Amino acid sequence: MESINPLVILMASVFTNNMILSNFLGMCSFIAVSGEIKTSLGLGQAVTFVLGATSIINYLLYHYVLVPYSLEYLRFIVFIITIAAFVQLVEMVVERYTPTLYYSLGIFLPLITVNCAILGVSLFMIIRSYTLLQSFFFGIGSGLGWTLAIVSMAGIRKKIKNSPIPKGLQGPGITLIITGLMALAFIGFSGIVRIQ
Amino acid sequence: MSTIYTTVLIITSITTVLALLLTLANYFIADYGEKKIIINNDKEFLVEGGSSLLSSLISNKIFVPSACGGKGNCGYCKCKVSHGAGPILATELTYLTEDDQKHNIRLSCQVKVKDDMMIELPEELFNVRQYNAEISFSESVTPVIKHLRIEIDKNEEISFKAGQYIQLLAPAYPGNDEEVYRAYSICSSTSAKNYIELFIGYVKDGIVTTYVHMHLKPGDKVAFTGPYGEFYLRDTDNEVILVAVGTGMAPIRSILYEMKDKNIDRKTTFFFGARTKDDLFMLDEMAMFEQDLPNFTFIPTLSKPDVENWKGQVGRVTDMIDKYLDYKEDREAYLCGSGPMIKSTVKHLLNKGFVEDNIIYDSFD
Repeated sequence: MESINPLVILMASVFTNNMILSNFLGMCSFIAVSGEIKTSLGLGQAVTFVLGATSIINYLLYHYVLVPYSLEYLRFIVFIITIAAFVQLVEMVVERYTPTLYYSLGIFLPLITVNCAILGVSLFMIIRSYTLLQSFFFGIGSGLGWTLAIVSMAGIRKKIKNSPIPKGLQGPGITLIITGLMALAFIGFSGIVRIQ
Repeated sequence: MSTIYTTVLIITSITTVLALLLTLANYFIADYGEKKIIINNDKEFLVEGGSSLLSSLISNKIFVPSACGGKGNCGYCKCKVSHGAGPILATELTYLTEDDQKHNIRLSCQVKVKDDMMIELPEELFNVRQYNAEISFSESVTPVIKHLRIEIDKNEEISFKAGQYIQLLAPAYPGNDEEVYRAYSICSSTSAKNYIELFIGYVKDGIVTTYVHMHLKPGDKVAFTGPYGEFYLRDTDNEVILVAVGTGMAPIRSILYEMKDKNIDRKTTFFFGARTKDDLFMLDEMAMFEQDLPNFTFIPTLSKPDVENWKGQVGRVTDMIDKYLDYKEDREAYLCGSGPMIKSTVKHLLNKGFVEDNIIYDSFD
């Protein structure tokens, strides 16, 4: 996989291999927090940051700790622990030193610990045997793609606020249906590049 | 075999390193130093920064009410923070009205002390203390309501206004793994300084009510904080209308004792609603009040009378208001009951010439 340009991976993970719209990962916070554009943008930024950082940390842990001892099967638990600890650490630092950033973004950080898109990125980069640089771009790209999806969803939900949606479908129901439609639209991008 | 050892070793070392990192970070990064909290421009004290405003206040013996234990899901711990709280957090929004937000009202359990702060608290709160006490008497007055007397430790006294409430602490017990506070109105006389009495109804799966009804017996030690609340008898000469259902009788009983003890002679009518005859209680005492207070009338009413020989009133308390009260101004009403009961009673009272400021209520829900 060394042949693929990291920038191609970046673009691909935004459009053709979008975490939400083609892998359906990270759905819980996607559905829960897509009510408002401002908050969803905040969460998107936080996800992107954590994705970029944890892809590097997990890459190093995997290749320099787990592989030498042939403990690859431990990656699930190790990745989860690292993500959780990293998010905690970031939250503390942000809260202490950049209060403004904390108020706009920090409150979403705990939500990210349980965002499966983060674990998904770490696992995909191993499965697709990316290099360190590729993994980093993949992480950032997936984050941007996730942000793109959640912000557009927030925009759509704002538009349909006054639409006569049947009672049983209001809230998560209609959001899932719209996600499906968005995923169909994103199929239009497929085939432009292949990264796996 | 060696795989198992390396697995355990690697996992342990990774988690240890991370745990160590977090502990160090917590020690060095989340260290905000000593901060000053100024209350009502008057009292001030130093606290270790970094924890929530609520817990900082409680550790300084200022018992801001809180029923959920600082999880941000009861909304009782609101207080005005005029300086040093930072922007409103998303976790507070559910409990702050637009008016609250405009006036810097915050949830003290969510706001962290990271700066010197200036806050405003009602003066009554400084009277609030934590009391250690012992159950001295417990009796079922109806199939679902218990009457408790709680004796305070010998060297302490409680002073409160008739109608105020306390927060009873239920410790962890089998089936409940955390400490919980719940609010209950005091039903005893303000002249009793070394004990309080409560009426506690049984609520299915209620944490504290289950504790009281299933686990608590005379001789047990309990703790509570108090007194709290704006629901107390106002010092005027107006005619008084009291309305309660079920355990809502508690603060009303305290108010009646207050009238009796202090010889307050105001025209008073007490409408008490219950479902069946079994749900009526304290009838002897009400008869005693009718004897001792020349202008007091007790009107119990049953919404579902189950016995043939019930000669009293039938209907809800709102029906009694329509039936007994004429349109008149300058009267005070004190209501205690469930949210919906309060809402409909207020509506009926407004139709009878009451003004909103003179309708004082305590709703339990």
